[in-house]
Amino acid sequence: MAYVPLADQEQELHHPHSWVTKYVFSQDHKVIAIQYGSTAVAVGVVALVLSLLMRLQLGFPETFSLIDPSSYYQAVTMHGMIMVVYLLTALFLGGFGNYLIPLMVGARDMVFPFLNMLSYWVYLVSVIILMASFFAPGGPTGAGWTLYPPQTSMAGTPGHDWGIILMLASLAVFIVAFTMGGLNYVTTVLQARCRGLTMMRLPLSVWGIFTATVLGLFAFPALFVAAIMMAFDTLLHTSFFMPAIIEAGQPLDTAGGSPILFQHLFWFFGHPEVYIVALPVFGLVSDIISTHARKNIFGYRMMVWAIIAIGGLSFIVWAHHMYVSGMNPYFGFFFATTTLIIAVPTALKVYNWVLTLWEGDIRMNVPMFFAIGFIFTFIHGGLTGLFLGNVVIDLPLSDTYFVIAHFHMVMGVSPVLVFFAAVYHWFPLMSGKMYNETIAKWHFWLTFLGAYAIYLPMHYLGFLGVPRRYYALGSTDFIPESAQALNANITIAALIVGAAQLLFLFNIIWSLKNGKKAEHNPWGSASLEWQTPDVPPVHGNWGPKLPSVYRWAYDYSVPGAHQDFIPQSTPEADEPTVDEQHFDPDHDQSKADI
Amino acid sequence: MSFIKQVTNKPWERKGIIGPLRPVGAFPVPAEKVALSFFLVVVAVIFSLFSVSYFIRMELSDWAPRTEPAQLWFNTGLLIISSILFQWTRNLLKRGETRNLKTSLVGGGVFAIAFIVSQLLVWNKLRAEGITMTSNPADSFFYLLTGLHGLHLLGGLWVWSKTTIKLLSGNAEPKDIRLSVELCTVYWHALLVVWLVLFGILANT
Ligand code: HEM
Ligand SMILES: [Cu+2]
Repeated sequence: MAYVPLADQEQELHHPHSWVTKYVFSQDHKVIAIQYGSTAVAVGVVALVLSLLMRLQLGFPETFSLIDPSSYYQAVTMHGMIMVVYLLTALFLGGFGNYLIPLMVGARDMVFPFLNMLSYWVYLVSVIILMASFFAPGGPTGAGWTLYPPQTSMAGTPGHDWGIILMLASLAVFIVAFTMGGLNYVTTVLQARCRGLTMMRLPLSVWGIFTATVLGLFAFPALFVAAIMMAFDTLLHTSFFMPAIIEAGQPLDTAGGSPILFQHLFWFFGHPEVYIVALPVFGLVSDIISTHARKNIFGYRMMVWAIIAIGGLSFIVWAHHMYVSGMNPYFGFFFATTTLIIAVPTALKVYNWVLTLWEGDIRMNVPMFFAIGFIFTFIHGGLTGLFLGNVVIDLPLSDTYFVIAHFHMVMGVSPVLVFFAAVYHWFPLMSGKMYNETIAKWHFWLTFLGAYAIYLPMHYLGFLGVPRRYYALGSTDFIPESAQALNANITIAALIVGAAQLLFLFNIIWSLKNGKKAEHNPWGSASLEWQTPDVPPVHGNWGPKLPSVYRWAYDYSVPGAHQDFIPQSTPEADEPTVDEQHFDPDHDQSKADI
Repeated sequence: MSFIKQVTNKPWERKGIIGPLRPVGAFPVPAEKVALSFFLVVVAVIFSLFSVSYFIRMELSDWAPRTEPAQLWFNTGLLIISSILFQWTRNLLKRGETRNLKTSLVGGGVFAIAFIVSQLLVWNKLRAEGITMTSNPADSFFYLLTGLHGLHLLGGLWVWSKTTIKLLSGNAEPKDIRLSVELCTVYWHALLVVWLVLFGILANT
């Protein structure tokens, strides 16, 4: 069979005929992206409310009696799992991945539009199953988002019968949805790029999303495997993970299983998962910083290799989450070393962002506020990661608020800031409207400063030894009274930050209808997604002819050019270009003078 | 241009179109094959992690190894024949021959179905002997691994049935089903390899 490159094929676009196929069961990647994004944000709001309930309990234990210890555990669990999997993973890959990949690679759609649509609906089913556990007898599981056995299925754990089963089912369904989407993203990036768009001309957003998807395809199976075995342990009382246990004087009918095996499987997924979230974030923020600093990204190739290196390394550090579970000291040494090594490419990226800003023609547009805010919070969270990566420092800090502070800075606040940066950056493209700048800046300052007000004190609480996942501190010798005052302050800050998000929701919804009409390419961005004939892009994206790409995505402030950016799809008429008709990549004249 | 070549060049030092007049994918094969390769990677990771779990669990004291029923050898034969028939179908289509096409395509699927049925019979026999999902972790793993492998095969059979119906009903020319058959063949071989590895692990421990 003669191979015809995808971008060259007459693509049969599935043209929607009715409202339902256009907006509900749509196969258009842009509609699916919005569906993914809004569903993710909607469950994210549920998780946010849960966290505020927890904060009210922690900050003012005497005043509020909204939740009891059981529901506190359920809130901790659902908050964590929703935020990590159902919000962040779905948002950056299902949402931004779907929206940006076909536009940035100059394709009309994902290569398998039907599978793409299916991916969203299966994701929705997983969300519904998860939400159903709130209404199931016994409520959702309260085992902590890490779901460690044997605790998950012990009678003392809330949701040990229905809740955990629904959680495992929902995760399995989510993984199926992710796999369908993921195969699409990877194949589209590899096979459907338009003419002239080589891999090294891709914007870093695409690189980040692409690599994160590959990580997901390798990592989610570990969670899948763990979930299946745990489901059998819970339902049929097999003993994959369950050891012999005496519960309330009665031996359970399980014996001999290995809880540590579950931890290995979970973290073999869990650590790459943090980079499944982080890599798309790195990519998006690189493009945003470069665009608003009117400068090419510093060290593009280094950035790409750093993304790949981080992706590879993230599979050999997982046991740093298990230092306190006990392990051979040589393993501890190994995992501490790899953990610290992964900081090298990560730090490289941070330097490159800062160097991109250096002497840039910085435009302090709203997305830039959030992007610079991200650099702060990410450095901050990365540094505490280095503390925790060392076995001896981790032992006293593990399971305290220091860990909470670490991962909320690095995986909570940082990706969320970039999510906002990205929404404010691409909103004009997605909707054709501008948002209100003043509200957006208020939203930034409240969120950014508020996040510090919440998480900075938590580091200190961690040093004091305040344990995580506790419903109430009670009275202990080592925790001073003042810790309670700090907790109250944190809660107030959290309530303010939570409320500030209403500004965002209001701004977006209000602007959809009433916003100023956006100009075409308002930020002067060079990458392809802004070069579509229509804004917002229509079904099929490119009109009759696909674009061709003549340069990388970062031609900003090119000396001698009459504009401070040159779109990727602009041929360089003044400079000698390669003779297209007789171009032979192996005997390329332009290579001679490199 | 190869993937490696692409990620080592420096496009910002070059203007203009890189590559030929037409767009180039990273791999000169249809997108479906690229997607299938990635899917097979996912499948491989799933079964590898189960195998690793198997070996870790095996070390613990309550593990009671069992001799696998001899019928599994017969089943392995069925699966091998199924794979061969798919390969044959693929070759026929590649050469553009239509003689025996229907027989080989239908046969490939039928032998796979026979494999699954025979696996279920093994399950039944074991259950009658009191070997169940909960009798011992070794048995739990036996049911789990064979079951999952069977489910993967069922997924393949779904694609096979759609393809076969298309061909038999005359709705498709042989050339229209060529890609599906190629994908099925690759998938079948992969599942055969998975089965051989699983069988090897089960039989030797
Ligand atoms: C410089 C790089 C990093 C290092 C050295 C590092 C190290 C660590 C270590 C050792 C722990 C375990 C702490 C404990 O439980 O005692 C941890 C927890 C965690 N880290 Fe990081 N980390 C880094 C970057 C990141 C990034 C980029 C993310 C996410 C985007 C992240 C997310 C998390 C999460 C979610 C947890 C807590 C999981 C839990 O126990 O519930 N980390 N980190
Ligand atoms: Cu980690």
